[in-house]
Amino acid sequence: MSKTDTTETERSRDEAAGAQLSTAPQEETAIGGPVLGVVGWIRWFWRQLTSMRVALILLFLLSLGAVPGSLIPQTSADELKVQAFKEAHETLTPVYEKLQFFDVYSSVWFSAIYILLFVSLIGCIVPRTWQFVGQLRSRPPGAPRRLDRLPAYTTWRTEAEPEQVREAALAVLKGRRFRAHTAGDAIAAEKGYLREAGNLLFHVALIVILVAFAWGQLFKSEGGKLIVEGDGFSNTLTQYDDFKSGSQFGLDELEPFGFTLDSFHGTYETKGPQRGTPRTFEAAVRYSEGGGTEKKAVIRVNEPLKVGGSKVYLIAHGYAPVVTVKDGRGKTVFHGAVPLLPIDNNITSTGAIKVMDGYRDKNGKKDQLGFQAFFVPTFAGAGQGTMFSQFPALVSPAMALTAYYGSLGVDSGLPQNVYQLDKSNLKQFTDESGNKLAKRLAPGQSMTLPDGAGSITFEKDIKEWASFQISQQPGNGLALAGAIAAIAGLTGSLFIQRRRVWVRAVRGEDGVTVVEMAGLGRSESAKLPEELGDLAVTLAAQTPPSAPAPEPAEEPAEDPAPSEEADK
Amino acid sequence: MILAATTNESLAKMSDLLIYSSMAVYTLAFFAHIAEWVLGSRSKVGRTAAALTQQASTPSVTVQVKQGGTTSVLDKPKIVTRSAAGTRDVPDGPGAAGGTVQGDLYGRIAVSLTVLAFAVEAAGVVSRALAVQRAPWGNMYEFSTTFSTVAVGTYLAFLLAKKNVRWIGLPLVTTVLLDLGLATTWLKTPSDQLVPALDSYWLWIHVSTAIFCGAVFYLAAVATALYLFRDSYENKLASGGTPSAFARSVLERLPSAASLDKFSYRVNAAVFPLWTFTIIAGAIWAGDAWGRYWGWDAKEVWSFITWVGYAAYLHARATAGWKGRKAAYIALIAFGCFLFNYYGVNIFVTSKHSYAGVE
Ligand code: HEM
Repeated sequence: MSKTDTTETERSRDEAAGAQLSTAPQEETAIGGPVLGVVGWIRWFWRQLTSMRVALILLFLLSLGAVPGSLIPQTSADELKVQAFKEAHETLTPVYEKLQFFDVYSSVWFSAIYILLFVSLIGCIVPRTWQFVGQLRSRPPGAPRRLDRLPAYTTWRTEAEPEQVREAALAVLKGRRFRAHTAGDAIAAEKGYLREAGNLLFHVALIVILVAFAWGQLFKSEGGKLIVEGDGFSNTLTQYDDFKSGSQFGLDELEPFGFTLDSFHGTYETKGPQRGTPRTFEAAVRYSEGGGTEKKAVIRVNEPLKVGGSKVYLIAHGYAPVVTVKDGRGKTVFHGAVPLLPIDNNITSTGAIKVMDGYRDKNGKKDQLGFQAFFVPTFAGAGQGTMFSQFPALVSPAMALTAYYGSLGVDSGLPQNVYQLDKSNLKQFTDESGNKLAKRLAPGQSMTLPDGAGSITFEKDIKEWASFQISQQPGNGLALAGAIAAIAGLTGSLFIQRRRVWVRAVRGEDGVTVVEMAGLGRSESAKLPEELGDLAVTLAAQTPPSAPAPEPAEEPAEDPAPSEEADK
Repeated sequence: MILAATTNESLAKMSDLLIYSSMAVYTLAFFAHIAEWVLGSRSKVGRTAAALTQQASTPSVTVQVKQGGTTSVLDKPKIVTRSAAGTRDVPDGPGAAGGTVQGDLYGRIAVSLTVLAFAVEAAGVVSRALAVQRAPWGNMYEFSTTFSTVAVGTYLAFLLAKKNVRWIGLPLVTTVLLDLGLATTWLKTPSDQLVPALDSYWLWIHVSTAIFCGAVFYLAAVATALYLFRDSYENKLASGGTPSAFARSVLERLPSAASLDKFSYRVNAAVFPLWTFTIIAGAIWAGDAWGRYWGWDAKEVWSFITWVGYAAYLHARATAGWKGRKAAYIALIAFGCFLFNYYGVNIFVTSKHSYAGVE
């Protein structure tokens, strides 16, 4: 009976020595439900939610849930692609829509996963922090009775008094920045609290990043604007081609600034298999803030212009040929640059020229004109059979035009695509022989419309346009701070070992002092025995050694340190 | 970065030649490793079995007092280590050479050849960088060659630090050959300049750490896979079964399951903060290039999944009932996600990150 008693106390003492080396929640092995009414259920549910096991499952679900969004087109990224997908997959579409697969990252189920995870995280951090503070305020636990059972152990005999040894040990350990104190016949010491602190910092930083991200989503604004060389933009809602904002964004929060695109310059690879691959894009702008003085800047692909809290990104570019349209009486009714949309990598571009008012035919009757334009910056040459561009820069530009008259349909009230002609109420001009009128022009050339209906000139001056994204997103700084804290915390958490060392010095049966030292870490580590050895050498040097103890009767194990070898 | 720089043709040719030469040398290293394994097989086996069956009768480790005789000169005290309760105390296998002199000779030859191949391959990567006058990470061919160089370099660094890692040699050299084979055929891209979006100093930071993380995660994944085999082998022995002759010959020579597990944990844990940094650096770059730091682009999603996968692995190791084999499976899944992010997303998924150079 007495035997079981001692082993029991021994075990509990040993457990106490190793306890609280981390603040990880205790795993509950029994998964039985609670018996205590509603409160009991809530408690039980909360304990489950904040357990490591459930956190693990939620992490799994989070990564699993992120998968479909990378394989199925997402509305937030590319609406046109979603449209195309829906047209191509008639049976899948309703299922996907039900499952919110086109908006995975804002879907109810994805949000549920990460919200649960973060609730679990908070529910985990708070008690762990308290526990950790408690550990910092209390002292390292006393030595277990049998130090030789610990992962790293050493012993020697010395002529010094036990008190002397303990004093020296306390000094050595404190000198190595251990938290150490005397507990009975032994010194108890602990080091590496930064591991726990780092771990907590990391998990808190995750919350900070999530909050910063959410804040940014709610208060952001983002708009696009296409600008032709020489034109300008001022940051008000009406000036945007398209505009999106978070639900909490107020329009009066748009930064008061404006800029003018002086010139756009692109360079391209001229030789080799990658001929035509873009090399540099530069947009030279002049900008001013709130009516202040103008400043010059160059916007490049990776270098947005920062004005206050807004950033202006260079997104795309293309050509805007300048055309002049004269009416039947020879009066100029349109003169300007017409931005065209690129349709391939060599910037073959298409678009429409619309003459909405001011035009009169030779009889003085009001009408509208429309031209379909097909533009190439580098024309292959007449008779080459292709109207596709051969190179993205302006080497030998050409523009093919077809001309229409009638109603452009701009008054119908429906929003119109500026790059396309609505031909439902338009008639195409025909030449004398009744063929549809179409002509390819070189810069400087004109196309005369039949029956004195006027002319269109492709001017020598070809402009470029650039499109910009102007975004404002608060919380970026906070997210960055969170990210840096996360890495710092993680580094502390993964590279620092938390470990305990005990030094016991007692008088042996023969009156000689026996020193025992042992170390315990969170996991087996090669460093722990090394450190213990180091400490032992230092300490032994301060306590004069005595004759060795009689050799143990049993042979020592042949290879007592397999794990040490493995660590190498 | 000098954008107008023209590709230096002869340097580029030399780089190609060096890469092909390194493949030839890796092939020789491969055969030397095979010789090491084959000739080492007639070795004293049964170390593990002996340890496992003996264990019950071995007395608990005895206290050992170490002192330099009666003189006052003190040796380093002998530190006795014990494994944590519940783990098997199994010695590591003798390595591929199986303790035989001949096997060991071939093993040494294999390592020397690997060093040579590494030097040649590294020269190939550097000359490619000089040829294009930029970081050699603009397309998948360049990623792949750098990737295997870094993996082999890390392995050699471990060897240099006297870590017990020679057992990685054969699987590593095999996969390096596979990787280079893919790179020089399917992924081959002529040397050239970068598109403007890639022209940023973030390329140096983000891509270099990404490649490094991948290469080192790979070494850990090899160890994890071997751990699973070795662990089954030890389980079988411990439960009195007789493993197959293949297992007895091959698995016996690997380090113990505990050592393999520890190795892969250490490596994964050490790389995880760097992987976190890689994602954050990518987000900062995306913020500069595209106006948003996180937009759930395919590449971003899979980096995130990989990250969560490794976080789950680290959690699993701290969760009762998930240590050991289950955690190992999670680590392998996480590495699978990394691979998919590299091959799968670059090739099959349209993403803003489509710089693969593969049509
Ligand atoms: C947002 C999701 C989470 C992520 C990405 C995450 C990530 C990590 C990582 C990478 C570690 C490794 C650090 C180490 O091993 O010391 C870790 C450790 C830890 N996590 Fe989390 N965690 C998350 C949520 C949680 C939750 C919800 C809990 C609470 C149940 C939790 C509790 C812990 C604990 C106790 C450790 C320390 C384990 C140890 O001491 O070895 N984590 N976490």
